[in-house]
Amino acid sequence: MTTKLFGTPVRRVEDQRLVTGQGRYADDVLVGQRVLHAAVLRSPHAHARILDIDVSGVLDVEGVHLVWTHDDLEGAMAEPLPLLIPHPALLHGRTQHALAKDEVNHVGEAIAFVVAEDRYVAEDAVARIRVDYALLEPVVGIAASREARTLVHDDVPGNVGARLEQENGDARAAIAAAPHTLSLDLTVERSACQPLEGRGTVARWDPDLGRMTVWTSTQTATGVRGCIAARLGLDLGQVDVITPDVGGGFGVKINHPWPEELLVPMAARILGTPVKFTEDRREHFISSAHERAQEHHVEVGFDDDGRVLGLDVQFWHDHGAYTPYGLIVPIITSTQLLGPYKPQSYRVVFESIYTNTVMVTPYRGAGRPQGCFVMERTMDAIAAALGKDRTEVRAANFIQPDEFPFDQGLVFQDGRELEYDSGDYPAMLEKIKALVGWDEFPAFREEMAREGRQVGLGLACYVEGTGVGPYEGAHVHVETSGKVKVSTGLTTQGQGHQTVFAQIVADALGVPFDRVEVTTGDTRRMPYAVGTFASRAAVMSGSAVHLAALRAREKALRIAADALEADEHDLEIVDGVVRVKGTESQIDLGTVAVLSNPLRYAFDEASKAATQFSVGDPGRPPVAEDDEPGLEGKDFYSPERSTFASGMHAVVVETDPVTAEITILKYAVVHDCGHLINPLIVEGQIHGGVAQGVGGALYERMVYDDAGQLLNASFMDFLMPYVTEVPAGIDIDHLETPSPLNPLGIKGAGEAGVIPSAAVFAAAIEDAEGFPITAMPISPSELFHLRQSHATEESP
Amino acid sequence: MTGPPEETHDVVLHVNGAAHAVTVPGRRLLSDALRHDCGLTGTHVGCEHGVCGACTVLVDGRPVRSCLVLAVSAQDAEITTVEGLAASDGSLSPVQQAFSDCHGLQCGFCTPGFLTTITAGLRDNPDPTEDEAREMVAGNLCRCTGYQNIVKAVMEAARS
Repeated sequence: MTTKLFGTPVRRVEDQRLVTGQGRYADDVLVGQRVLHAAVLRSPHAHARILDIDVSGVLDVEGVHLVWTHDDLEGAMAEPLPLLIPHPALLHGRTQHALAKDEVNHVGEAIAFVVAEDRYVAEDAVARIRVDYALLEPVVGIAASREARTLVHDDVPGNVGARLEQENGDARAAIAAAPHTLSLDLTVERSACQPLEGRGTVARWDPDLGRMTVWTSTQTATGVRGCIAARLGLDLGQVDVITPDVGGGFGVKINHPWPEELLVPMAARILGTPVKFTEDRREHFISSAHERAQEHHVEVGFDDDGRVLGLDVQFWHDHGAYTPYGLIVPIITSTQLLGPYKPQSYRVVFESIYTNTVMVTPYRGAGRPQGCFVMERTMDAIAAALGKDRTEVRAANFIQPDEFPFDQGLVFQDGRELEYDSGDYPAMLEKIKALVGWDEFPAFREEMAREGRQVGLGLACYVEGTGVGPYEGAHVHVETSGKVKVSTGLTTQGQGHQTVFAQIVADALGVPFDRVEVTTGDTRRMPYAVGTFASRAAVMSGSAVHLAALRAREKALRIAADALEADEHDLEIVDGVVRVKGTESQIDLGTVAVLSNPLRYAFDEASKAATQFSVGDPGRPPVAEDDEPGLEGKDFYSPERSTFASGMHAVVVETDPVTAEITILKYAVVHDCGHLINPLIVEGQIHGGVAQGVGGALYERMVYDDAGQLLNASFMDFLMPYVTEVPAGIDIDHLETPSPLNPLGIKGAGEAGVIPSAAVFAAAIEDAEGFPITAMPISPSELFHLRQSHATEESP
Repeated sequence: MTGPPEETHDVVLHVNGAAHAVTVPGRRLLSDALRHDCGLTGTHVGCEHGVCGACTVLVDGRPVRSCLVLAVSAQDAEITTVEGLAASDGSLSPVQQAFSDCHGLQCGFCTPGFLTTITAGLRDNPDPTEDEAREMVAGNLCRCTGYQNIVKAVMEAARS
């Protein structure tokens, strides 16, 4: 039998190119050919009316080809960019224009677009544009937005874009009747994806074919394609979008179209020369998206065992200046907040509010880190109030393994019911306790205390809805050489899709792994697709490639049975050869591919076997009525609902008694993403998520001043973790509760590592310090000041 | 309004053993010259202010951030980029092989800067402790891997 590849740590096929400098990222496309370069004038003000834009003199700069402001845009290009995910509660959704019309609402908003011989000249030209602004009062931060003394958009009352409420049971009545109650106020600040490669778009118009080719660093090639066709007035069939290698996404590249994704192709068409836009780091900070900022108020009622009888959560989600991605992030917080628990009643209300800051779209975790922070802080507060072990309170609230599927009685981000498919939270809790040494920790704490050292232990649990619809598809083509070409439409940003999808196809079809070649995110190869977000690629495209490969296999067996004069059921495919089990009779899959396509003309030695005097029953049509030529399989996977992965993280931190420096001594992860396709890749995803989580919990924040200026818009001042900031080792254990919703029993893994970070670090620091931690991220300086304020409170 | 055309300079860049004659303005960064004038796009630009390390190349054997160097000032130097790390027969260098074996990369964008940095680092310290391996890569940012497997790859490359 062919060795099964599913579940094994296969080395990535992507790496050979990427370690030798042969990757092709957006800025690498068309290098060596004539390409013009774009630069964008961005607003220096957070809130202003544009009185006049003077571009005279810009075109006089040698090497400048084009300068546009909103006045130069017509028809659909002049309209606001699409609101991608409308929601009935989003009464006041607003999106930016490709170039600002009359008003700017955050520092960094695009105002004018220049194309020149190179980026240096384009930036020179941008510097010559003169804009007259009438400054308006900026609205910065959740407090100012709620106060609504000033409005971000004149026609949005109270700065509230949306208010959404969901309730399961009567939470307020349950809290009123509960033996114990608590109130908490919990805050999470802004951070951002910050992929090492920013955004980038290259476009080439072919006037002979009337066809637009666009390479863009995106998480959704089909999404961008649809927008370009609609806005530029092209037929969909005239637009090809190719996703080159993408240098990280983490969410920010799922939002689309970015202004440049429309302006670049439009310019390429008008100028007749390819045009490229490559975002620089400062632009990424001030013109791409952020996430995370939310303030929460919790009321909870519970019994003597810590069982939650009623949970009432209100929160305010700062969505920045615009809402292109709808309410997805706060909806996810409001639903995924529940984690592995089953409160007897739950009510959640959020307001999604405007500020004059960079807009918010999903960043890895997408609202879940905040939800997990709220729920886990609540669990810890209940444990503290009752004097119970924190794991006991959690265990008292877990959904039990025999309760699946478990309906939480809410509507999830995909508009479907929030119903968990599978999981085993009690078993997971035992694993994480063992992995981190939960029961041994008090002794360790004492030992450390004797050395004058202060340590704390934190735990956080989460559930992650992964693999949301609507669908993904795949096409599998066995070529006459025996090579297998696979395409799926969603895109890749480093997750190793070429490897894992090839593993699945090699297993399903019975071919050697190295004969399978996978293409992702190329609309020429698979025009029907959604995108890569919500930890959905493995579940959605993994299932789709599996189904498509099975279809190709079915056809191969049918043709081979005919050629070998055998019964299909007696055949097997091993190492790319179809054979009759237990006999010498066999045929190469490549030859089966030849036979699948009845020919009139031979083009090589192998194809002679399929010509009209060599093959076929003269009494029947060469291609049967219900068949088609070629050894191909195509299928789509569209699940009823999301599948729910889960995990628990624990961390041991040391806090310096003098400097309040926070050091990680141990980090442990137990993770359940159903069956693992490739453990090497899953663990890599966890490592990366944990590091991003460390950044979000201890270092990263967007520092806006009252004028709406982002003060730390560089890697010098926005503190992304280097190796020196992440744990020296991450202990990982897996639990595999397969999903019943897809053929491979898989769940998503991409975002998991980052979800519990704020919660788990807050818990550990609180445990070390002995006072509540209610706002994240936390810096040594903030911890120092918290210590001072608690010392003052304690001393009369 | 328009000034005189920008003055340019003829420079020969010696990259990976080959000479590239380029004509560049004085302000052109070495990173841009390598990528757009020499066509060596393996060197990536992540921040353009010398912090992320993605654009690191070896200049006379020392790791240098090519976004902080003007192309005209690299005239007489021997430059090695990621494209120059593999052997002439195409076989991977020990550091490249270790990155592949240890899953030391995901999106691959920061990888060339790590590979050049570690190549020089292991030349100076062929047998690092794990702490020294971490120190070796402590000036480069990676947003995907959490560095765990990058440190493993340094140790693995040192062993081979």
